[in-house]
Amino acid sequence: MSELIYRLLTKNFNQIDPGSIDDYVTRGGYLSLKKALKMKDMEIIDEIKASGLKGRGGAAFPTGLKMEAVKMAEGSPKYIICNADEGEPGNFKDRYLMENDPHQVIEGMVICAIATGIRFGYIFIRGEYVKSQKIMETALEQARGKGFLGENILNTGFNFDIDIYTGAGSYVCGEEFALLVTIEGKSGRATYKPPFPTTMGLYDKPTQINNVETFCTIPHIIELGGTGFGKIGTASSKGTKLVCLSGNVKRPGLYEVPFGTTVRQVIYDLGGGVPNNRTIKMVQLGGASGPILPDEMLDVAIDFDEMRKNDLTFGSGAIIVMDERIDVLDILKRIVQFFHHESCGKCTPCREGLTQLLILIDRFIEGTASMQDLSLMNILMDTMTNSSICGLGQAAPTAVRKALEYFPEEFTSRISNHVAAAM
Amino acid sequence: MNMVNLTINNRAVSVPEGTSILHAAKETGITIPNLCYHPDQEVKANCRVCVVEVEGAKTLQAACATSVKEGMVVRTNTKKVRDSRKVVIELLLANHDMNCPSCSKNNHCGLQEIAANLGVRESRFQNVLEEQEIDTSSPSIVRNQNKCIKCGRCIQMCNQVQGLAILDYIGRSDSAQVKPAFGWYLADVACVACGQCSVVCPVAAITEKEDIEQVWEAINNPNKTVVVQTAPAVRVSLGEEFGMEPGEIVTGKLVASLRTLGFDKIFDTDFTADLTIIEEGHELLQRIQEGGTLPMLTSCSPGWINFIEQYYPELLAHVSSCKSPQQMFGALAKGYYAQKIGVDPQDIFSVSIMPCTAKKFEADRDEMSVDGENPDVDVVLTTRELAKMLRQAGVDFNKLEEEEYDAPFGLSTGAAVIFGATGGVMEAALRTVYEVVTGKTLESLDFKAVRGLEGIKEAEVDLDGTIVKVAVAHSLSNARKVMELIKSGKAEYAFIEIMCCPGGCIGGGGQPFGGTDELRLKRIEATYRADTELPIRKSHENPAIKKLYEEFLGEPLGEISHHLLHTHYHSRKH
Repeated sequence: MSELIYRLLTKNFNQIDPGSIDDYVTRGGYLSLKKALKMKDMEIIDEIKASGLKGRGGAAFPTGLKMEAVKMAEGSPKYIICNADEGEPGNFKDRYLMENDPHQVIEGMVICAIATGIRFGYIFIRGEYVKSQKIMETALEQARGKGFLGENILNTGFNFDIDIYTGAGSYVCGEEFALLVTIEGKSGRATYKPPFPTTMGLYDKPTQINNVETFCTIPHIIELGGTGFGKIGTASSKGTKLVCLSGNVKRPGLYEVPFGTTVRQVIYDLGGGVPNNRTIKMVQLGGASGPILPDEMLDVAIDFDEMRKNDLTFGSGAIIVMDERIDVLDILKRIVQFFHHESCGKCTPCREGLTQLLILIDRFIEGTASMQDLSLMNILMDTMTNSSICGLGQAAPTAVRKALEYFPEEFTSRISNHVAAAM
Repeated sequence: MNMVNLTINNRAVSVPEGTSILHAAKETGITIPNLCYHPDQEVKANCRVCVVEVEGAKTLQAACATSVKEGMVVRTNTKKVRDSRKVVIELLLANHDMNCPSCSKNNHCGLQEIAANLGVRESRFQNVLEEQEIDTSSPSIVRNQNKCIKCGRCIQMCNQVQGLAILDYIGRSDSAQVKPAFGWYLADVACVACGQCSVVCPVAAITEKEDIEQVWEAINNPNKTVVVQTAPAVRVSLGEEFGMEPGEIVTGKLVASLRTLGFDKIFDTDFTADLTIIEEGHELLQRIQEGGTLPMLTSCSPGWINFIEQYYPELLAHVSSCKSPQQMFGALAKGYYAQKIGVDPQDIFSVSIMPCTAKKFEADRDEMSVDGENPDVDVVLTTRELAKMLRQAGVDFNKLEEEEYDAPFGLSTGAAVIFGATGGVMEAALRTVYEVVTGKTLESLDFKAVRGLEGIKEAEVDLDGTIVKVAVAHSLSNARKVMELIKSGKAEYAFIEIMCCPGGCIGGGGQPFGGTDELRLKRIEATYRADTELPIRKSHENPAIKKLYEEFLGEPLGEISHHLLHTHYHSRKH
């Protein structure tokens, strides 16, 4: 079990008092910041590019390229935003990172600011994460006190400060544009892209927006060097991944593993498998917006390329295990209800589509569905995925679509006999 | 300009950098259906009807929101595209009041047109419409949430052009709705009834309040003498309703069509527009000579009056006391014409055909009644409603022979015609004020500085050595700027014309649907053409006006004028 765990971002967990900046510094904290202050800005970006780091929020965009784009983009002032609006069901890694090692987040953001020459940043923390907000507030205050943040950082003349912004608990505000307009004081609705935030972000200015875990990785890249960091993980996926394991497992929780670890290893070797030796019915990857897999698919590795080859996504890192007692359609209904509740209502496919998807799923649950309902459901989900304005509507049908692929009998067996016989 | 080369449906096309796929496709003869897109508005990209396939993109792209790129390969008619568009339309229909034949926008509906073009014969989805009360609280506008497709065009119009933000999204997911704040009635919020929202609504979620039946009743009532007046802007837009090119002048056909419908007397609001110039011009001179409140603000646009009463009541002293031409006409119809033809004023039924929804509100005001009981204008119909009446009666508008207005309120001048366009009231006033003050004849009647679609325009006139500065503003976001300027004490103008709607009355909230700047410019061009085609182009030279003063009114700003042609405004601040 131990060789599966790779403690990089979680190395301070349970080792330091998150309320103490001294604890962080004692264990090597802010050394990377000091190192970065002596580097040229492009050297920092080059190291991050060399590391192969890809964003941990779900889209897996190369972080170094994003930073370079922001740096090159015209417009001022520019902003750095840490997306800590962790609303994806089954995910809790960002909360753990903020609550167990808040200075790691800050250090990562300051290093990025040095590289991009940005003067101001926000941490956008999910409304429900009250404890995270408090811990981050304290950490920011301490970092300013020690000269790691604010005016004239470590007497280098470099200024960068961070404010905390909290959402009101809307899931869609984790979507970057909805998040940005919320900071501007508007209601949290998605918008079309391009342009992307790198050129037209907060207040239409170039903006680097990354996930908490991505920022937390930055100090380790500076410490190890891009190539050194790149030795962890696989060819397509560098470094470690925080995995949020939940559901019917013996030891649910947060695990840090090197990329390349399989889903089955996480569930059985780290999570201890399913209680009472029950079998796995299905596993959902990433969170509510992720695919649903049967047991026989669990040897897939946590690796961007391998996931893509299998038409899967790992999202921001949840593994939700559901054992043999769980009803597929019941779970799907809950998932669709979640998206139906959280849709911002701006675009037609998502706003109206989720209502209709719920109706169709109910027909299967009630046993009144027809073959036409099955094909209508497919074409509806295609439309939502192809034509919704943002990731919410595009990903909302993923679980249902994958369930149809891997558990087709769950649907066909519930098609009303009368109609099925007629087919 | 950098050109970008791409292919659309395997056809090469070269368009300027920054062009959207929607416009590039148009170049190749492909119309991509769309609902939320509006050429004068910011891209919203929320209806998702205009999606196309772009090679290399994972998802379909909204053609309205996607700029062309060099080498881009676009397909607008693949199975994926067709399926997606159809589903989107079916989804909208499944949450829509589908009583199309009885809908006021039947055959004028963007959703209906696209559904028909895409071959949507039914919605395969369950209808989930939860019927809501229709908001009929405003005398001008009806809001029917059951038809709304949440495209947001009305929101942008109200918010950005008029600067009011009466409408916005409320709620999220399938509870998202377009409503006034807190879901209040239109009558209970500071809506100015301009109806611009209705002009850009692609469906029938916002329409004018239909008053056609009352007019039919009056026409069919043998005891009523039904007189009708037609606003300047109607003659340059009504043709559009019957397939004519925007910018056709249809004055003669308009008169003939009204006579065909059974109106007893066909008069022209242009007549009282000339009268307005005489009264307002003298009021301006009086204010200048006697140190009255300046700048003086025009008062013909009821949407604008609703705005200043609700948003800037502290500036009401600046507003001319003149009634609008519609209401001057109404007052004369019942306070003068009735007596002249020997009919009890109560048996006169006075109808006006207006480009405007706010005129309905204006006619409804308590002040607008010469006997204190009955309204001077009984019913206001918009240009769109007149077109509906004509269709109801089966009138083939295109085939009508041109006819003349009736006497005595049928004779008018070019100065009155241009009341319909932004800057027109100012220009008409200057033509008269210049000649009255200086005693000289104007060499050029055209004050071109006050014409056109620029939001705020300025001009200077030399009145025999006295330089008078004037300004013109249209749409309420510009009106607001002028109000702030006056409040700051920096407005060095003597006279300011304000029209509520973009482009002036030709862009009014009761005009044929569409409401683009392109359309407005064509109507404006027609307006000035109509002006030059008339034999008399100055209000004070209108012989019928002269006669009215001789026979009845006496003098401008006199006792009778004061009673019939002037009014007062009051604060209605929320």
